[in-house]
Parts: sequence; structure tokens; C-alpha cells
Amino acid sequence: MGMPVSIHLRGPDVRGAAAEQAVAAAYAELVRLDALFSTYRPDSSISRRRRGEVTSEPDDPVLAEVEQLCAVASERTDGTFTAWLPDADGVLRYDPTGLVKGWAVDRAAGTLTGLPFTAWSVNAGGDVLVGRHAHVRPEGADAAPWRVGVEDPRDRSRMVAVVPLVEGAVATSGTAARGAHLFDPIAERMVERTGSTTVVADTLLWADVWATALFVGGERAREAFSRNAPGAQTFAA
Amino acid sequence: MRRIALWGLVTVTVLVLMFSYHTSTSSRFAPSQAAVAAREPVVSPPPAMDSGRFDGDAIVTRFGVVQVRITVDDGRMTSAEALQVPNRDRHDYLINERAVPILNGEAVRSQSADVDLVSGATLTSHAYAESLQSAIDKANG
Repeated sequence: MGMPVSIHLRGPDVRGAAAEQAVAAAYAELVRLDALFSTYRPDSSISRRRRGEVTSEPDDPVLAEVEQLCAVASERTDGTFTAWLPDADGVLRYDPTGLVKGWAVDRAAGTLTGLPFTAWSVNAGGDVLVGRHAHVRPEGADAAPWRVGVEDPRDRSRMVAVVPLVEGAVATSGTAARGAHLFDPIAERMVERTGSTTVVADTLLWADVWATALFVGGERAREAFSRNAPGAQTFAA
Repeated sequence: MRRIALWGLVTVTVLVLMFSYHTSTSSRFAPSQAAVAAREPVVSPPPAMDSGRFDGDAIVTRFGVVQVRITVDDGRMTSAEALQVPNRDRHDYLINERAVPILNGEAVRSQSADVDLVSGATLTSHAYAESLQSAIDKANG
């Protein structure tokens, strides 16, 4: 996945052994999932799958889980999200990376929710997930929500918004950083428009999926969003 | 990084450097190397990393060349800077003014002005990660 991941904690014992273990476990899970899904490693399960190879070893069950989630995501977004992306030769190949990113962080952060009295946040290459232990005091410094800035895609030294978040995810999709790299499966071409779309949702899986779908999918995606994403919010920049 | 200190409660940033780095031939970047630090969250790789400066491979992308140089002091990576970045036109230049410092900052420590975290479109940069990985591999000898 190739992106920096930082974990932030706020609580009475963030330097203690429990915190260290929880964070190490979160990273261990991310490393494990990255190995499974890395398309840069020719020997990874996903690379073999993309080449259509059949192996005698049973696949890790998460591979099937992700495949199913990709199908659900495509359906829920009315086709504007897809895990079938054109490779260098324009051939559509199974590439769940866009969904795996948020899904992996949701899974890995599970270890952090168990830290007593502790609020936590994860920033995975611009995708943010925050949460807290059930017993964080409602008042005081720990109660403060995480202030999540959203970059102005036309001037990344500025923010267009700050989302104060106690629990949930913020994902932003756009072409600012790398040029036209998002694929519109309905129009079947790469999206070249500027700007970005931000989604705030309960999980990073769905914040990510919807941010991508809304950025490439226009009206069709917005209609699907209004029907199928209760509680989530979106804005464009 | 906003530090909140109130009755002994602090914000701690734990930083690991690009978890996909385990894909390198070096198996020494195990997740347990993630360092917990209040003031200077920095990855602490095992002391086997040589001191000095190491330039990663120059990675060619559609938009130009990306190359990263790291500085290692006493077994710790203290800085990561981009030597070459795509700079085709003004739009690229504006992006690079901000984008590369963010990536450089993330590589060493995580910080932000009035916000705790920043959500932006695709801070992923495979080329940057690739070059940085190769620099780390060189430092590991």
C-alpha cells in the first residue's frame, strides 16, 4: 500500500505497556494485510489471483471477505465504485486496493479500542479513522474531538474544512496528488477533473469507497449515496 | 503535533514508517520496532543501520522522477528529503511545495498546525515509498 501510517493516542497511560502492545498489534495487522494484498509483490496471494493462478494452499479467508465486500461496494454505489481496474495495457484486472486500505485500518484499529480511557486516531496516507474507549471521560482534555483538517486540493497549504470527530472516519478522494489516476467504471475512462470529494462515515472502509465513488461517479453516485449511506456526509472541494 | 497536557494527560504520537516496508528484503523492520515517544516520535530501527546519508533509487513516474535521501544518525533515521520531484508545470510545483514536505514530515515525525490530522487526496506516493525503501535498504547495508 506504500503510505505512511501514524497512530495517535490520548489518555492517562499512553506510554504504558498496554498502549505499546496495542499499537504494535495494530501495525502487525497492517503489515500482515499489506503482505496479502500487495500487488507489488509477485508472490503475494493477490498477485497470483490477478494472474489467474490456482494454488494448492488454501487462501487466507480475508481474501474472500474482501472480494465479497468489493461486490457489495459496487452494488451499493450503483456501480460507481469498482475493484476491476485497467492495468498498464488497459485490461481490466481485479484490484481491491482501493477498498483494502480503509478496511485494513478498520480491522487493525480494533486493538486500540480496548485501551482504557484512551482516545485514538489513525492517519493512513490522508485517510483518517478515530475512536475512543467506552470509558473516556465526557469532559476534559480527553473528551476533545480530533480536529481533522481537509486539504484544499488546489492549494494544499490550506484547509477547506476542519471536521471535529469523536468517532468515525474521514476519507478524501481526488486527483490532486497524482494527476488523473481514478477510473470511472461507468464511463470507462480515467477521471481528469480537479478538486476532491470528502466523506465522513462510521468506518474508513465506507468513507473510502464512497469518496472514490462520489468523485468519479457524479449524479449517479450521489443518488446512490443518498439512498445507501445513512448517517454519512459528503462535501466537495 | 498538538500536545495536550492536562493533569498528566498527554497526546502521544506513535509513528511507524510506511508499514509496507516489510516487503523489502530486510526483515529487521518488524512492527515491534515502532517507537512510542512524546517529543520526537521517530522510528527506531535496530542499531545495525549505518550512519550517514543514503540516496534511494531514482524512480521514474509518468510525472517525473522521484528520489529520496535519508540521513541516519546513531541508528535512527533523522530526516528524509526528496532530491528530485516531478516539476513539469506550475500545478505540479504547487503540489510539490506542500505535498513533498508533508511526506517528508510524515517520514520522520507527524505534525500539523491547527489540526491534529490531515485528510487529503492520495498522500500515497508509490514512487516516494519505493525510493525511500531503497535508501533504507542501503543504510542497512
